[in-house]
Parts: sequence; C-alpha cells; structure tokens
Amino acid sequence: MRRFLRASLTSHGFRLIEAANAREAVTLATSHMPEVILLDLGLPDQDGVELTRQLREWSRVPIIVLSARGREADKVLALDAGADDYLTKPFGVSELLARIRVALRHAQAVEGTAGEALVQIDDLRIDLAQRHVHVGEREVHLTPIEYRLLALLAKHQGKVLTYRQLLQEVWGPGHVAHTHYLRVRMAELRKKLEREPARPLWLLTEQGVGYRLRAS
Amino acid sequence: MVEPERPDPDALLRRLQAEERRDARAKLKIFFGFAPGVGKTYRMLQVARELKAQGRDVLVGVVETHGRKETAALLEGLEVLPRRQIEYRGHTLHEFDLDAALARRPALILLDELAHTNPEGSRHGKRFRDVLELLDAGIDVFATVNVQHIESLNDVIAQITHVRVRETVPDALLERADEIELVDISPEQLLQRLEEGKVYLPDQARVAASRFFQRGNLLALRELALRHTAEYVESDVQEYREEHDVSETWPSSERVLVSVSASPASAKLVRAAKRMAAGLRAPWVAAYVETSSRAPLGDRDAQRLEVNLRLAESLGASVIRLSGADVAGPLLAYARRHNATRLIVGKPTHARWRDRLRGSLLDAVVRGSGNIEVHVISGDPEREGEERETASDRQNQPLRSYAFAALLVTVTTALGFAARGLYSAPDLGMLYLVAVAIAAFRFGRGPSLLAAFLSVGAYDFFFVPPYLTMIVHDTRNVLTFVMMFLVSVFLSTLTTRLRRQEQDAIVREERATALHALSRDLGALLDPGQSADVVARHAADSFRAAAFVLTPNLRGELAVIATAPRDLTLGPTDLGVAEWTFAHGRLAGLGTETLPGARVVCGELRVGPVSSGVIALAPQSGQGLRADERSLFEALCRQAAFAFERARLSEQARVSGIRAKTEELRSSLLSTLSHDLRTPLAVVTGAATALRDDADLPVATRRELIDTICEETERQERLIANLLDITRLETGGLSPRREWVPVDELVGAALTRLEQKLSGRKVQVDVAGDFPLLWVDPVLMQQVFINLFENAAKYTPSECVIEVQASSSSDALQVAVADRGPGIPAGEEEHLFEKFVRGSHPQISGVGLGLAICRGIVEAHGGIITAENRAGGGALFRVRLPLPEETPPDLDAKDD
Repeated sequence: MRRFLRASLTSHGFRLIEAANAREAVTLATSHMPEVILLDLGLPDQDGVELTRQLREWSRVPIIVLSARGREADKVLALDAGADDYLTKPFGVSELLARIRVALRHAQAVEGTAGEALVQIDDLRIDLAQRHVHVGEREVHLTPIEYRLLALLAKHQGKVLTYRQLLQEVWGPGHVAHTHYLRVRMAELRKKLEREPARPLWLLTEQGVGYRLRAS
Repeated sequence: MVEPERPDPDALLRRLQAEERRDARAKLKIFFGFAPGVGKTYRMLQVARELKAQGRDVLVGVVETHGRKETAALLEGLEVLPRRQIEYRGHTLHEFDLDAALARRPALILLDELAHTNPEGSRHGKRFRDVLELLDAGIDVFATVNVQHIESLNDVIAQITHVRVRETVPDALLERADEIELVDISPEQLLQRLEEGKVYLPDQARVAASRFFQRGNLLALRELALRHTAEYVESDVQEYREEHDVSETWPSSERVLVSVSASPASAKLVRAAKRMAAGLRAPWVAAYVETSSRAPLGDRDAQRLEVNLRLAESLGASVIRLSGADVAGPLLAYARRHNATRLIVGKPTHARWRDRLRGSLLDAVVRGSGNIEVHVISGDPEREGEERETASDRQNQPLRSYAFAALLVTVTTALGFAARGLYSAPDLGMLYLVAVAIAAFRFGRGPSLLAAFLSVGAYDFFFVPPYLTMIVHDTRNVLTFVMMFLVSVFLSTLTTRLRRQEQDAIVREERATALHALSRDLGALLDPGQSADVVARHAADSFRAAAFVLTPNLRGELAVIATAPRDLTLGPTDLGVAEWTFAHGRLAGLGTETLPGARVVCGELRVGPVSSGVIALAPQSGQGLRADERSLFEALCRQAAFAFERARLSEQARVSGIRAKTEELRSSLLSTLSHDLRTPLAVVTGAATALRDDADLPVATRRELIDTICEETERQERLIANLLDITRLETGGLSPRREWVPVDELVGAALTRLEQKLSGRKVQVDVAGDFPLLWVDPVLMQQVFINLFENAAKYTPSECVIEVQASSSSDALQVAVADRGPGIPAGEEEHLFEKFVRGSHPQISGVGLGLAICRGIVEAHGGIITAENRAGGGALFRVRLPLPEETPPDLDAKDD
C-alpha cells in the first residue's frame, strides 16, 4: 500500500514521510509538520481512531482515513474523532488526489478568511453571503433548516460530514440520534435541487457514514 | 501319547474380561464378624489408617464409635464426612450423606453397618444400596456386617437364636465383594468384653441381647461365619483355578429351579434354594406360575409375591413368571426346557382332602419330574395360619349378588308352590337345581353356594313332608340335598374359572390393545416432541396417572418435554428419582426399593446401550404399580424407547444428508472460486508483466492493457466483497442496525455507487408520495438495491430501462425492481436465490452470490424477496418488508 502511495504521490509532486506504526507516526508528525496525514485505520500497534484523537489534541492538520469497505462504524468513529475525510480501499489515484486537494483547500480556508462565499457546482450556485440558492437561473426557496443543512455541506464542500456532525450543527446537540430528521430533510433538499432526485449528482449519500456535497 | 490340555479359548477370554472388569470397577471390602463387639469397626479403621498413611484419599462415611475410646482414637486424623440431618417423627436423625460423598469423590470411603435401614425420605431404603451406588460411581468401599444380617442365613440364625433379624443384606452383595476379612475373637473373649461394657447395645435391645449373647449361640454363629467366609474363600480359589487353567473344575451343569408363590413360607424356599445353588455353584431360577384356575391375587398377596420374588432376585436368582392352567405343567415344562436338575417346592400345608378334590401340586410335580430331583421343603410353621386372600373374596361379589341369589330362590319357591299340585317333590327339586345353576352362572361361587343352601332349606321346608318343618323322614331326600349341593359347587367352580379366564383374557387383551394403540399412534412419527406427547398420553391413560416424559438436553440434564395432562411440572424430589433412573437404568420411585417415598415411579427408555430418557408416572391412587402393571409399564417404556431411537436415527440420517449436501456445495464453491478468483489474477499478471517487460509496446496497446488491469481488479474486488458479505450473513453475525430511511435515498445511493456501470442507462423511479420511511439497516438494504441494479445492468441490453416502484399495502411495503430484458429462464425463479447459482448466461461473469446476499439481507429484516417474469417480458424482483410496528418520531415542528 505504501509503495503504491509513494509511487503515485511523488509523481504528482508530493513529498512523502512514511511511518510504519502509530508511535513513529506521532514522532514524525511533530518533527516534520506535514500538510496532510493519510492514516490507515488498521495499525499494527494502536487503534487508528485513537491515534486520530491523539493527533487532534495538538494539530489541525487534515487527516484522511483509509479503511476497508464494510467498516462504516470505524469511519464514523474516525470522522467524529476529528478526521477530515475518508477513502474506502481499494481506491484509484485520481480519487486520492481529489480528496487531498479538498483537504488542503479547507485547511487553507481555515487559516485564512471564513472561506469562499460562493460555491458553484455545475449549475448549482450557493451564495453563502446572500443566502441565495440558484439552480441555473432559477432561484430555489429553501426552509431555514434546509438552508442551514445545505450551507453546512457547502462550507465543507467535497468533504464528508457525519450524521452526528450535521445533526449537531443544524438541530443542536439534543438531536444527534435522530438521523431520520436528517434523511427526510436531505430527501426534500434533493427534490428541490436535483434534476433526478433518485440519481443525485450533487448531494451524495455516504451510506452509513453521512453526506457530502460533490466537489466542483 | 497324551496331548497336553490346551486352555479353552473361551475360558481365556472370560478371564481377560473378568480381570479387566475387576481392575476397572471399584473395590468392595467387607469386614465380617459373627456378632456385635468382635471389633469389625476397629479393624476397618486400622486398615484405613494404614492406607491413608500410604497416601490413599480416605473418607469416613459413617463410623459408629458408640463411645468407645479405642475406636474414637483411631478416627483421629481421618477425614469424616458430616452427617445429614433428617427430621423423622419428631427425632433428628444423623444419617450418611450419600450425595455429599458422591460429590466429594474420595478414593475410598468407610461405611459401618452394611445392613442399616435408612429412614424414610432417603434415596435408598437400605445402606447397602448406597454402597452399590458408591461402587458404581467408582469409589472403593470398606464396610462392616455381621453374619446374622446375611439374607440366606436369616432363617437358620432365627432358629438358633430365636431372634429374627429384620435388617438383612443380600448374598449377592457379599459375592460382589472383592475381599472379605473375617474379624474373629473367641466367644469367651467376646463375653468378657460384654461384661466389661465394651460392647455397645442400645437400651431397648438389652433384653433381646441377653438372649442373643449366650455361649451356645455365639459358638453357632461363629461357626456359621467361619463357614460362610470359607465358602467365599473357596469360590475365590475356584475362580483362581479357572483363571489359571488348573483343570479338574466343578461340573457346572447343575441348575436349581424354585417354585415361588405368594405364601410367606415361600421366602424360606427361596433361601433354601439359594443355599443349595451356592453349594452346587449352580445358577438358580425362581419361578412364579400364574394359574387361570385360581383367582387373581389380592393386593396384599400380590405384595407378598413381590417381596418373595424380590428376595430371590436379591439373592442372585433370575426371576421368571410363567402362566398356565395349573402350577405343575408350566413349571416342569420350564425345568425341562432349561435343563434344571433340581426343583424345589414347598411342603403342602393344607388339609389332605383338598388335594383329593383339586389334585395335588406336589403329586403332579413328582409324577412328571422324570430325572429332575424334586426337593420338598417345609414352610415356616409360625406363619402358616395366614389365609390366602383372593381378590374375588373381597371385591368382585358385592352384597347385591347375594341378595339376587336369595331372591332367585324365593322366586323358584313361589313357582314351585304354584306348581305343587301338578308335579311331585323331586321334580320340583330340579327347579331349584336350575336356580342354583343360574346363580352359579350369574353371580359366582359365594352367591351360588348361598343359593344351594337356601334351596335345600326351602325345598325341605315347603316340599318335603312333613311340610313347613325342617324335619326329613325319607332318606332319599337326603340324597337329593347332597346332589343339589354338589351340583351347585361344581357348577359354580366351573363358571368361576371360566369367568376368571375370561377376565384374564380381557386384561391381556387390554394390555395388548394398549401397546398396539401406542405403536400405531407412534407409527411413523419422527419428531421426538410429538412422540413424547403420544407416549405421555398413552402412559397416562393406561395407568390412570399423570405421565411425564423426560429427555436429556444438550448439557445432559433431564428435562420434561411432554406431560399428560398438559402443563404439569415435576417437583425436585421426583426429578431426582428420574435422574436416578436415568443414571442407573432401573425402575425407581413410588412402590420400588429405591426412593420409595417419591410421588412418581420412573422407568428408563433404553434400546441396547442407548438411553433416550425417562418416563415418570404419578398414579392418581398414590400407590405403586402392581406386578402386572409393572410389566406393562416396562413394555411401554421399551416401545417408547424404540420410537425415540427411531427418531434419533432418522435425525442422524437427515443431518448426514445435510452434511453431504453441504459437502457438495463446498466442492462446487471451491471449483467456482478457484476459477473465478484466478481468472482476473491471471489477466492482471499477464497485462502487468507485459507492461513491465516490453518497453516497445505501442501507446494504444499499453492503454488497453492498463484498462484491462483496472477492470479485472475491480471485478476481483466485487467478488471478494460478495464473499465476505455472504460469509457474514451465513455465520449469523448479521443483525440489522435499523434506522428510519426514505426509500429514495437507498435507491439513489445505490445508483450513485453504480454510476459507471449504469452510464447512460435510463432508470425510472416511481415512489408513491405517501410511501413511509423504511425501518431498515440502510447500509445492508442499499446493498440489496446495488445487487439488483447490477444484475439488471448485467443481464439486460444497455438500452433497457430499469424501473423501480415502491408501493405499500395493508400488511407490507414493497419495492420492486423490474426490467424489460430477456427475463428469467422458466423454472429458475426460486433457484436464483441459492448460492452459486447464476442465470443461464455462460458469457456473463460472476459467481452467483448477489441474489443469495439479497435474500439473506431481506430475510434478516423479516421480509421476503421473490423473482418472476413480467407480463409482456422482462424480469421483476420484489422486496417485501413487513410494516414496521412503530412509526418514526414526528419531525420537530419548529424545524421549519
């Protein structure tokens, strides 16, 4: 796995620091201050989720978690523990590069200003400053909840947000278990925005984990 | 030339088996004395201490020191089992704790007083039965016993000492002993110890004891004890000879047969037979002959007979029951058939005229005995007075019959009086004969005798001159009286016998019918639960009892699986009885020797070495089973056991059938996997090596090879994912984590996942506006749709539209995935969902797991998935889920 990552990433101009286990990872992360961390959840010496939590205690560096299919619960744990995104093995190079780009952009946005005020994917346009949503030339009217949901996804465009994160931000900490609130609002949002709500292009479901607004 | 005798191979085999058995089984050592006070307990403790010193695990079960200091001193340093306290009639008894001993499992346990009778409520009535159970459990036992407690010597000793000992130990137990040590002192010494107060005697026994402890008695007892021990020693020698091939052994062709009846005197016959058989080293048989000419036994007699037969059994006889018209016939026939050489019968105790009248058993036996030696032994004189009691004397003839008989005579007299002018007196006498005959026929012996008596009186009074007096002048009339009386006796005897035979036949018929009905109802039942129900019902009917069928569960503990009437429970005591029966394979409980205080009697269900359970009966009468009921019960147990065994075997056959099928499946899986897993790997390896080794490949070819690698690895990934899914489904490690999910999200997410495969294909989703949220595991259910869409994409041309319809009915939610492709080959609709089954499209790759996974997931949600061909062509897959029991919590109104 590391060989594949090294080959594909160095050829795209990234510099790689490799750690064989969690202990080494912590040491290297403190000494080299990497810009993105790729973390395989199956570590030989420690729980990957635990390591995520540990890194988050002192660092805001984006963490992208790599894990096998069928371990949705692990991904959710890692994301809730502070990981920024995840990739399901096996994955292709282009997918990996896209995620790294998203992570880097968000990291810069956090460092800089409040981020971009306008999010545009195809003909979906979300104006976070004006609170307007347009599909093509048509302005779409959203309920406050729907807007808050969409805005949250737009701020983290390209990144997966877990049910818990979404519920907590939009509904408040008392509702983190009510995933069906979220699912129903999401379905309504798709009906209002997507051309084919049953084959969504923008509002993507990461089943068992959360939702993601497609990257531009 | 004399050939050296070669050892008989059978004898060799016997020896090996005997040695094996002796090594394996627990050892019993008996310390044998001729009277209390000879020092048996002391000696036993000495030996035990020596063994303890050698490191044996010795436990004192029960040892009575009776306050003797020397004995108590020996107990020091030995582990003593705490006694069990039993409340009995206001006293607290301290008894041996069998269960604690079994739980403690020492290598050797000491038990004083082998002949001790346990109080009511103990597991066994006698301590020697405790000993047998300990031995069965593999624990060596040391025990003490005095000569007067030996069953077969009981009579002899009663004659010598005039004290009858009630607590006896069967001889078989002594024969079971691996070692007998005689503890002997001279009678003088014993008497001296008695004077010194070193012999313990309970107060109430002092008077009897003074009679017992006389020099003459003690000498006789000592002789008996010595002789008895010598006999066992001799039998040891005998065994040794046989084992070690010393020829010139005893001819063992002797066989003793003893006729046992319900008479108390029979006990003495049994003991005599035992002594004779022991003396001859011959096997012996106790036979009871049930005769149809005599009335069936009353309860008390049946009990006595049981006691006698049990005694014989405990003395080592095999017991058989014969039946026939008289006693002599079947007895002799059995004796001949089984080569009995000696036949023991009792001396008649009744008056001689009865023999003249009915024929004498003894006479018949002696006459028919041929070359069988007949031994006649007198009964016990002190009990001779007890009359034989028959069932018919008490119950079968209510007072009504007697009243009817009297009425009959009155009517006859009235008729005779009316016809007096027409006929002479003797003719009228005939009329009475008819009355007597009718009485005999209708009401049996007692009433017919009454009728005869009344007839004679009435005839004399009314029809014989001088009339209206009881005086008889004519001697010819006396003859008439006598004849009348005799006829009535003959007739009544005859009809009574006929009736009895008839009743016998009815009882047998009933028994046969009961068993037949049981076997019919069990018939081809192969389900143990149903069989148990049938067995319980029949047992309850046949014995007028509550019946329980118990079988061992997986942990080997007995549990009630059927009762009749239904839903009864078994108390812990009764369950204990059942467990005992299950462990020991013998009848136990109410009315038997083991745990007689229980409410139930238990029989084991055994076929050969396989024990499948226990039947427990709680008779409504609260009484134990009679001898005939017992044999019926045993027959019933046997039949039930066969039914259970049959069920077990068929289950075994079924399981091995399944195993064979699994095996078949596994091999098909292996061949599929080895093909489907290797093919993509082979392609990937080929393409990758070509790219690595051949630098001159044109760009287009390189591109093609790389695409191939990507496609094949993706295929491999799908396959492995499917295999993992099916494994998780099959190992049962799958419990849906349900959430409320809108169906469009599931469909949408599935379509997004398949974006590449479905590229350009039209998908038409039709969800009713009021279609409720699904209560499902979203990840799993999404997999169902992924697999269904993938199939549709795989098996239909790319211009084909995939349709999704969601609809709800009153009892289910249905989501259908349909297409207009070639459809499903006829007859394959059901098979499609089995593992490794693929539609008949050899050109399409896959292992045939997709639909099996769908079915597993849908069924885990309590739903069903079906496939069918649509009207107008195409395939239709329906996923039907039960309506959720709850509704999702309402969305918060303040949301919007």
